[in-house]
Amino acid sequence: MKFTWFNLMPWPYLPDDFREKHRSVWVDIDSRLFDPAKAHEVYNSYMDMLEYAGTLGFDGIGVNEHHQNGYGIMPSPNIIAAGLARRTSDVGLVVLGNSIALYNPPVRVAEEFAMLDCISGGRLVAGFPVGTSMDTNYCYGQIPALTREKYQEAHDLIRRAWSDPDPFAFNGRYNKLRHVNIWPRPIQDPPPIHIPGGGSVETYDFCIDNTYSYSYLSFSGYIRAKALMQGYWDRVAQRNAPDESPYRAGFAQTICVADTDEEAERLYSEHVSYFYNRCLHVYGGFADAPGYRTIKTIQTGALSQYAPPIGGYSALTWKDLTEQGHVIAGSPETVRQRMEDLIKGLNVGNIFCLMHVGNMPMDKCMHSTKLFAEKVMPHLRNMFPDYKDDNRFWCKPLAKQVTPGSLPADKEVAAMVGGKD
Amino acid sequence: METKTLQTHHVPVRYFEGGKGEPLVYLHGAGGVTAQDPFLAKLAETHHVYAPLLPGYGDSEECGELRDMLDITLHTWDVVDALGLKDPILVGHSMGGMIAAEMAAVAPNDVSRLGLICPAGLWLDEHPIPDIFAMLPYELPAVLFHDVAAGTALMTAGVALDDPEWLKGFLVQNARQLGMAGKILFPVPDRGLSERLYRVKAKTVLVWGDGDKLIVPAYAHAWKKAIAQAELVSVPEAGHMITLEKTEHVAKAIAKLG
Repeated sequence: MKFTWFNLMPWPYLPDDFREKHRSVWVDIDSRLFDPAKAHEVYNSYMDMLEYAGTLGFDGIGVNEHHQNGYGIMPSPNIIAAGLARRTSDVGLVVLGNSIALYNPPVRVAEEFAMLDCISGGRLVAGFPVGTSMDTNYCYGQIPALTREKYQEAHDLIRRAWSDPDPFAFNGRYNKLRHVNIWPRPIQDPPPIHIPGGGSVETYDFCIDNTYSYSYLSFSGYIRAKALMQGYWDRVAQRNAPDESPYRAGFAQTICVADTDEEAERLYSEHVSYFYNRCLHVYGGFADAPGYRTIKTIQTGALSQYAPPIGGYSALTWKDLTEQGHVIAGSPETVRQRMEDLIKGLNVGNIFCLMHVGNMPMDKCMHSTKLFAEKVMPHLRNMFPDYKDDNRFWCKPLAKQVTPGSLPADKEVAAMVGGKD
Repeated sequence: METKTLQTHHVPVRYFEGGKGEPLVYLHGAGGVTAQDPFLAKLAETHHVYAPLLPGYGDSEECGELRDMLDITLHTWDVVDALGLKDPILVGHSMGGMIAAEMAAVAPNDVSRLGLICPAGLWLDEHPIPDIFAMLPYELPAVLFHDVAAGTALMTAGVALDDPEWLKGFLVQNARQLGMAGKILFPVPDRGLSERLYRVKAKTVLVWGDGDKLIVPAYAHAWKKAIAQAELVSVPEAGHMITLEKTEHVAKAIAKLG
């Protein structure tokens, strides 16, 4: 199993009446709600928390990209990942990911990911999302019906930029480049690639054909994800993939651990409520620009599985959220049992653990994270013994990594100058 | 109106044809048009009307090869050619007006009469056009109609908006139609037309509803300024869907073209 501690980086100061007074947490969210001085603390404590998780035995620490979004203040995950690369060791850096159609030209992603891979000693796990319609179309102005074609071209360009040892010309529809020849190059050849998807058949096929891991990043939990993930596994079988390794798939799950089930509710319910009520308050008109999804995807009816529940999240109580699996919460034993159901039920080897929830303060987040790392994770390690050697979808760091502080001491420098004299 | 199909280089194109008189090609707006459209029927009383659907509209085939303004402009010239027409009266509503104006700017010697009904295609910073791509169905009547109640009734006639099958059909239609429209209208409906309008030689009639809340009448004046031979017909108590709200007035204005 590969467990990644993931932080969406929500803005923790959305007001109590956010739902009533504001139409959307995303795209046209009121900028007056953002306080840069508070953000100084927020960013640094979130990065501290990612670094802390990196010391507890998680396989990866994860960041992602959103724009103009009150629950994800990380338009550039690469900036955060660069900071983490310096202050962590061993743990995978999961950048899930860069919306490659938004970078102009997309060789920028090839370059930055190569930098991250070099700085971190081969710890990069790369993600190539198409990007949500909110980010890609409404914030970044990409034409919906052309987004996928542009994405495909960006993908082909990045993969070739990483692998072709010689300068090449790239005559794409969206990118005309006469001299592609990136410096630096990634350590990993190539870094493992995860593709976040939301039920598009085309994305299933793209992952299967390229040996990429398909990640379903939902907030509605593992029970409601069953049909969508089954659709993926059916497709894996139909397309004659050589195996059904669980590492071909990943799933994001909100998880809260306490000493008892009751304590979990007492400690975390207000923060879970903050997330589902305020952070997921997205105006419906921004959900899906016409042309962004393919006709085939709409016709499969996959939409119904990841649409918000009828009545919206705001109608759900702690009991609803935990029983319906949106949130896995409780004592270590409760969480372990439900995680087993998730892992077996969806057949997923990569778990993106959403353990900082809404406006959760750091002490509570540390408590939950530590309990998960010490009392839950070890029991879940050997869920797929048949595939324990499947390393195709994870990073392969250098055996010997340097750490910050490699400079010689001042007296050695002085000695060097003295020696020369 | 009869429903027919013609062949172009890329895809078969569905079109509606009817009436007798001077040939008139009508290009629909982003919402599309049907064979039952009352404005087409009105035009067909005095003209031989051809109303082609942009690929993806109605039941017509989609066309991935049409990606940008030039593609769509040349495609529509291909359609006129396939209809066997030379210098027909060219009329367009909203997005269709944008395409018609581009056609007239690209080939000014082939268009002598141009009817533009509240066309898209210009952008004035002081009057940002509402983003129809970010609107929910129930929000549309308020920007499309002068009489919002009547417009709402027209748009939702007999539909159970919570029926999942209807919803799936609606989403598919939106993805096909507005997905195509988005290639020239998203996210800002300006593809540089203002720099090309000086080329238009056609006698031009602009028709605008005084109550247009989508493309407000300030745009009518910008168009009039950009096309030397343009006459503006302003219609009171009409919104953006002026062809439905004031069918007769618009037909009368278009009749000025012959």
